[in-house]
Amino acid sequence: MTDARGEILSRVRSALGEARGTQVKIPRDYHYRLVGEDVESRADVVALFSERVADTRATVRHVGADELGTAVAAALWGNGIRRLVVPADLPYGWLAELDGVDVSAESAATGFEALDGATGVVTGCAVAIAQTGTIVLDGGRAQGRRMLSLVPDYHLCVVHADQIVGAVPEAIERLDPYRPLTWISGPSVTSQIELERVEGVMHGPRTLNVLVVDEATAQL
Amino acid sequence: MRVGLFITCFNDALFPGTGEAVVTLLERLGHEVAFDPAQTCCGQLHWTTGYHREAAGLARRFAEVCTGLLSENDLVVTPSASCAAMVRQAYPQLVPDLAGASDTPDAADPDAWHENVYELSEFLVDVLGVTDVGAYFPHRVTYHPTCHSLRALGLGDRPLRLLRAVKGLDLVELPGADECCGFGGTFAMKNADVSVAIVADKIRHIRATTADVVCAVDNSCLTHIGGALSRLRSGVRVMHLAEILAETR
Amino acid sequence: MNARGPLGEWLAALRTADESPPTVPKFAVAARDALGDTQLRRNLRTATATMSRLRVTAAGELDDWAELRAAGQAIKDHTLLNLDTYLEELERSVTEAGGMVHWARDADDACAIVTGLVAATGQAEVVKVKSMVGQEIGLNDALEAAGIRPYETELAELIVQLGADRSTHSLLPAIHRSRAEIRELFLRELPDPPADLGDEPAQLAAAARGYLRDVFRTAKVAISGANFAVADTGTLVVLEAEGNGRMSVTLPETLITVIGIEKVVPTWSDLEVFLQLLPRSSVGERMTPYVSTWTGVAPGDGPRAFHLVLLDNGRTNALADEVGRAALRCIRCSACLDVCPVYERTGGAAYGPVHPGPIGAILTPQLRGPESPHDASLPYASTLCGACADVCPVRIDIPRILVHLRGKVIESRRRRPVPTPEMAMMRSVAWTLGDGGRYEAALRQTTRWARLVARGGRIQRLPGLFGKWTDARDLPAPPKESFRVRWQHRAGLPVRRGALGAPGGPRMGRLRRSSG
Repeated sequence: MTDARGEILSRVRSALGEARGTQVKIPRDYHYRLVGEDVESRADVVALFSERVADTRATVRHVGADELGTAVAAALWGNGIRRLVVPADLPYGWLAELDGVDVSAESAATGFEALDGATGVVTGCAVAIAQTGTIVLDGGRAQGRRMLSLVPDYHLCVVHADQIVGAVPEAIERLDPYRPLTWISGPSVTSQIELERVEGVMHGPRTLNVLVVDEATAQL
Repeated sequence: MRVGLFITCFNDALFPGTGEAVVTLLERLGHEVAFDPAQTCCGQLHWTTGYHREAAGLARRFAEVCTGLLSENDLVVTPSASCAAMVRQAYPQLVPDLAGASDTPDAADPDAWHENVYELSEFLVDVLGVTDVGAYFPHRVTYHPTCHSLRALGLGDRPLRLLRAVKGLDLVELPGADECCGFGGTFAMKNADVSVAIVADKIRHIRATTADVVCAVDNSCLTHIGGALSRLRSGVRVMHLAEILAETR
Repeated sequence: MNARGPLGEWLAALRTADESPPTVPKFAVAARDALGDTQLRRNLRTATATMSRLRVTAAGELDDWAELRAAGQAIKDHTLLNLDTYLEELERSVTEAGGMVHWARDADDACAIVTGLVAATGQAEVVKVKSMVGQEIGLNDALEAAGIRPYETELAELIVQLGADRSTHSLLPAIHRSRAEIRELFLRELPDPPADLGDEPAQLAAAARGYLRDVFRTAKVAISGANFAVADTGTLVVLEAEGNGRMSVTLPETLITVIGIEKVVPTWSDLEVFLQLLPRSSVGERMTPYVSTWTGVAPGDGPRAFHLVLLDNGRTNALADEVGRAALRCIRCSACLDVCPVYERTGGAAYGPVHPGPIGAILTPQLRGPESPHDASLPYASTLCGACADVCPVRIDIPRILVHLRGKVIESRRRRPVPTPEMAMMRSVAWTLGDGGRYEAALRQTTRWARLVARGGRIQRLPGLFGKWTDARDLPAPPKESFRVRWQHRAGLPVRRGALGAPGGPRMGRLRRSSG
């Protein structure tokens, strides 16, 4: 085989001819932040996030930091989660009120089978986006490997209010592209059969619950 | 105002009544109309079918006639959105030396001669600033916005504003109005089956309005819609906007 | 009908015009089956209308949509004009992040690279994430020929694969299938289908999930496409709804991603534009349920080996065309399909195996060259209504490119020793229209002839190419006098009032003025 790389690059160069290297001015007149009267304050942005998450058919609840342990336990109990898997670095307080649930911390050895056997997972997130109702996981603190939030049927995600940005460009600015990222906007969906929307039956967790820890008390 | 008439070859041969209606209407509004019989075709058929050399020849010829008309008149008016779009938007690509090269319609030179070619409803609403032209037409009418009027020229609701001001006219909204009628020039023959499938839905919507008349600003599309209505013996008639606006009590 | 002169030539041409291959485009023939398929028509009508409505809402929600489109267009244009630079940068970034980059000139190259990479892992099965480029290069056939079993993991692609079928829609490949058909297919083709499988979409989806879960459990190699490849960071981006993409880019040990060279975008921050344009334009949502991004290999998380295959396969042909290259801006959202009056009635199959819809009509002939009659017919598979250009998130002026490519098709035919009948006719018409005298003579002659074949003001049957018109539509008989003749008479005559309903006029219905 001759050098495909060289051939393709030279085809590109000859295809472009004199136009090659032209710098096209990119008009970036779009919004970098949310604009409008109804998103002026932080509280508005957080409220928008909740509204938009709800639009994706995930459920969302607001809690104070001191209520988080109770809220996590209540959510897991309410969804009948018996076997829970969590990232190894999940803050201890999140599970402090948990009772009667078999919790295992993820390790390098945790594979598909172990995760498939778990019924639920609790994680934090890296960034959340109000405009689109999206949470983004980057494998950082309290998030674990991608597989962790993918295989179990139930995903509870804890979002601190200060992690919520307004618009997509803000999220892009905050995120580290070198980490593997998963953007999640609701449970999995398919509309492939006669365009009928079916939620939560395909891959990925069938149920996504989001707990927003409100700002005033988010210092813990 | 002195107005040069670009009749279009299609109207010249098949729909002279539309041309007469334009003349009647503009004269009624107090303007003078001039027509140069040297004009033949703007080249649209050849251009859209891919015969660009032939189209360029015709475009050069028409550009000459048109600039001639413009030298003696204030502007040129045509009862065809499609042909107006051809001259204003395709000429810069087709005969750039005659019509100012520009890559996109956005970048068109507003002073270029071809910008002075107006579709009829643009001329009435934008240039003359009239919507009530004193017409009377006591019939139930639905309006089909042709693709080139809607998307190429962006006529918006100009034709509808003109129709709403016609005395006695009962204007009914056409469901799915924005969708193409399936004409597409030679498409109607090269892809006749698809073309007919498209017009079948247009006819369905037209019939649902119970209108007696389908109005548009392009006789080409009206020939297609009317041809299907006629084949079905629907009794529904097609009329160019100019013909309705020319009618008086 | 013994007319001589230009009219005689046209008529002669007309009689034979539809017998030669170029004027019986393959698209028209391929479309016929689809037009007669009641279920396909119904499903397409519903799907295209629904998707278009969702998109209008999703795009309308952003008051900076126009600015995002303009930015998207400019970023893509800039990338294309500097494509060699960004490809080299992408290669560097991916390599630095622990990935391996391969270059494929064409489909054969790409298939050989991918099958070779799979073979090197010793695996005989791969999971696949829906990728249009995979379909373009015939990857599944190549894998099977090499003894590797590909498992499609997207629900619709699985349905298409199990049914040995063809995709109908870029985003909804199995939209032509009914729930009952899918149930039967699953009962027949899936190992251990649930005995009580019903035909509710939720039940069918659950059956597919159960089957695919087992596939994912053991999968060691995945093959994906990607929506974007970021040059400055080496990041690959996949948007999806079902989670099969997450599974595929996360669980296996080896990930092979095949992308066209036009998928590159210069910088990470450019995604702030495309991650707004694409979800809203493709599925009419603010964001697709899942977006996965990865940069090379992440230690301890996900595949241990990552291969990126960069595919040309005709893209540099398109790039060489100053007008046609804009088609390479396409981000495969499929918005243009759903607003296209032609696509809505034919579905994807008539467009051939590569890309359906208006974008396919401009991409396929450029990727493959307009030599085959089918590919040459694609630029004609449009009414030029312009709805596609209005909706395109990267503002591709599809009608303009269609007309441009039609020009190329005709140019390629000019070299033939004997002109096609259509060309003979079009030249003759142009010659006639090129002179006032010739035009007027032909006008008189044609009018006389047309009025002879008309009955009751209607022409119901014409020969040759025009017979395609009169097969289903009447043509009005031309009035005796053209506009120019009436104009000449006008000096002495008042313009006739009430001429509009006059007998013998061109119109096919008549109106009586109501009294008063």
